[in-house]
Amino acid sequence: MIFKLTEEQELLKKTVRDFAESEIAPKAAEMDEKEEYDLSLWNKMAEMGLTGIPYPEDYEGAGMDNLSYAIAVEELSRVCGSSGVLVSAHTSLCAWPIYAFGTEDQKKKYLVPLCNGEKIGAMGLTEPSAGSDAAAIKTTAVKEGNSYVLNGSKIFITNAYLAETYVVFASTDRSKGHRGISAFIVEKGTPGFSFGKKEHKMGIRASATYELVFENCRIPEENLLGEEGQGFKIVMMTLDGGRIGIAAQALGIAQGAYEQAVGYSKVREQFGKPISANQGLQWMLADMATQIEAARLLVYQAAYLKDAKQPYSKQSAMAKLFASETAMAVTTKAVQVFGGYGYTREYPVERMMRDAKITEIYEGTSEVQRMVIAANILK
Amino acid sequence: MNIVVCMKQTFDTEAKIALDANGKINKQGVSLIMNPYCEFAVEEALRIKEKHGGEVTVVSVGGPEAQDALRQALAMGADKAVLVDPGMEEVDEFATATILAKAISGMQYDIILGGFRAIDDGSAQVAGRVAEILGLPVVNVVVKLDIEGGKAVATKEIEGGSQVLEVSLPAVFTAQKGLNEPRYPSMKGIMQAKKKPMDKKTLADLGLDAAQVAPKVKVLSYFLPSARAAGKIIPGEPADAARDLVKALREEAKVI
Repeated sequence: MIFKLTEEQELLKKTVRDFAESEIAPKAAEMDEKEEYDLSLWNKMAEMGLTGIPYPEDYEGAGMDNLSYAIAVEELSRVCGSSGVLVSAHTSLCAWPIYAFGTEDQKKKYLVPLCNGEKIGAMGLTEPSAGSDAAAIKTTAVKEGNSYVLNGSKIFITNAYLAETYVVFASTDRSKGHRGISAFIVEKGTPGFSFGKKEHKMGIRASATYELVFENCRIPEENLLGEEGQGFKIVMMTLDGGRIGIAAQALGIAQGAYEQAVGYSKVREQFGKPISANQGLQWMLADMATQIEAARLLVYQAAYLKDAKQPYSKQSAMAKLFASETAMAVTTKAVQVFGGYGYTREYPVERMMRDAKITEIYEGTSEVQRMVIAANILK
Repeated sequence: MNIVVCMKQTFDTEAKIALDANGKINKQGVSLIMNPYCEFAVEEALRIKEKHGGEVTVVSVGGPEAQDALRQALAMGADKAVLVDPGMEEVDEFATATILAKAISGMQYDIILGGFRAIDDGSAQVAGRVAEILGLPVVNVVVKLDIEGGKAVATKEIEGGSQVLEVSLPAVFTAQKGLNEPRYPSMKGIMQAKKKPMDKKTLADLGLDAAQVAPKVKVLSYFLPSARAAGKIIPGEPADAARDLVKALREEAKVI
């Protein structure tokens, strides 16, 4: 095994880290406080080509691999979890299914503006009564002439409102259960498509989360993604890849909190010496560092397998499970290292701990990841 | 318009400097970056190229690790890189400038850019020496540069203000902070950098021998600033403490 990044991956890591530290980090706390993302940052990311990293240059992507993409999400999330999920949901949940299942026309029309960052993407799957049980969605799509008519609503949709392009899942045949689910590309502004309430969240507060509402929303039949009834397969494959992005986000949040904790432990003095001189605290830092390294190897392995076109469903679930639980454990300990200061918004570890929690929940809860892993090892 | 940028790889600005057992600067595990002033120079070269066309070549003197900084310049948009490995433990400004000038003398150039100083040794000599060897005019600490009709109009910092100068090309300019805001390499740029030429040369390739570049200046020793002494707290009632403070300032610190 070769545990070494390529020269391009090293340069990408350094570049994204520089960008994140200089441009995003100074704004992260304020964006969290205001619950609003500064889109000038998105425009800068688009200029740098961070909005279509793992897609071919033919579609105005960067033509890089999935490991590069994971490293970029990690580095963004190291300073701002909301920036990490913005890029991750856009790249993995919207651009990917169009890239993998779209027709050439659909790719030209929708994938290109996603890759070059002209447009932001989102995915609409979750419904009030269909979370982990994705097959239970109630949104319907009925074929009428050359159109499909969508009715229903979606909740907890990341990037919603900001996004111009949505990959939405709806049932075209309720009698067939999950085999009756189909995927559609829906543009913001389509009559009958509106936004419900904005969610006020515990963490990743700069990331936009809205309800999507479809009331007799008529979309052209050429916006069917893949075939009728192929939607569930598209969902499952999309989430397998999306998990690498969220695992990378969790890894970045953990790394950021860990570095804060190490830095603070060296300068904070109590009882006449830096708190890092205490063995109890040293052991906490040692555990944090070890968990992060293990998480990184899992995340990079899952991305590597995807790049090598080998099965990666189990590894991406393991990476997501372990990295998100690491993020929660590490950020909690980081707050502990900071003591009372860590509980205030004066220091970023408080935000990082709030941001970490969602990584154990979205794109498949930790429990769902364990289901996926078990299904893979027992099949 | 052909532009050559002299570039140096330096320690990261956040690197912690330590000395090893022999009293030399310990380079182990220190992350390296493109000297920030050289980054301004690379950015300016790219802007001139974007406006007037031409080619940007970045040249550096250093070991194999300096390729990382050169590759960053290629990813930003430079066209070619040349790395001369002097194969010497230590080089001085004379040696570096001699090597750079020799490497550049074989190229086509209208403009030569460099950082006005490196953030590590801060000697601010190399670009000026290159200009001297090549017989070119040099304008230092440039904060604005306009190229037109074979001439350059450069604004440079002077004590208490600025000076605007006109100089005919070819000429050497050194970049000061404020000249521009360097771009980040784009992802496409990073992918393209790999395909761009990185020409690695030795002194022999340039027709130089070790004697011609033997350093004229030798570092005798390095030492770190002494640790700051702890502050002193003067206890007591405000009136007494103030009296003691004045006494200490007069008799111990001798500042009043």
